[in-house]
Amino acid sequence: MSPTFEELSVGQDIGGRSIDVTRQDLVKYAGASGDFNPIHWNEAFATGVELPGVIAHGMFTMGAAVQLVSDWAGDPAAVVDYQTRFTKPVLVADTTGTGAAGAVIEVSGAIGALDAEARTARVDLAVVFDGQKVLMKAQALVKVA
Amino acid sequence: MTINPDLQGRSYPAAEVYDVGREKIREFARAVKATHPAHFDVDAAQGLGHRDLVAPPTFAIIVAQRADAQLIEDPEAGIDFSRVVHADQRFTHHRPIFAGDRLVAELHVDGVRAMGGGAMITTRAEIFALTDGDGREPVSTTKSSILVRGEGQ
Repeated sequence: MSPTFEELSVGQDIGGRSIDVTRQDLVKYAGASGDFNPIHWNEAFATGVELPGVIAHGMFTMGAAVQLVSDWAGDPAAVVDYQTRFTKPVLVADTTGTGAAGAVIEVSGAIGALDAEARTARVDLAVVFDGQKVLMKAQALVKVA
Repeated sequence: MTINPDLQGRSYPAAEVYDVGREKIREFARAVKATHPAHFDVDAAQGLGHRDLVAPPTFAIIVAQRADAQLIEDPEAGIDFSRVVHADQRFTHHRPIFAGDRLVAELHVDGVRAMGGGAMITTRAEIFALTDGDGREPVSTTKSSILVRGEGQ
């Protein structure tokens, strides 16, 4: 069920989800997006450019985090604006062949602001990896019926 | 390696057309672990009043990064792609992207700022859909900042 504007209030929780990430997911995202920067799939290359290891595409994390909002809104087309800053890398361990996650990203959302004239809700996302926020000011503006 | 400060204010006109296919929307949606039926099932998308599959909210990055590549690959820019880190990103959707759209992007370099031995570069892609009769309709504005790390950063 899609939310209606009248039933929303600032501070309201829209829920959360946990996202398991593997190196294979990063390869899939590279292929789907066309971003083949080797820091997202090659350990030697990543450490060679002074990164701690293979890191997820910021856009993978941003793209995966907004699904919570699409599902809550009931229609992904209701997300009219979405922004974030990438503050910490998501290091993805090599778990190839084990079935285990290489990283786990926790996403939760709450209503940060409401605009009665535009009938939009701003959803503020908290996106956490390894106990630290990896996205800052992750905000999605949603058109509400 | 030095970033060319004269990049600021530069624009790259719309080049190739990006045809948004249903399978590409499905592939991208799977890649960001999206499960909403409007990305996968035409009937579900139409049931929400859309003409075809709806692209995920960050799908426009494909078109924006193709436009960015014109800058990154410009030998005059002096950007080492292996030292590029994405700093921030924003999508403003004037309307959703649907399967069947034919998109073009104009790239604008809005800012270049030296940071340590590197630079922060802010770009804006204005994405339009081509319409019948040679028109174009605004679809998305994407803004992105990339940090090109200097040595030891």
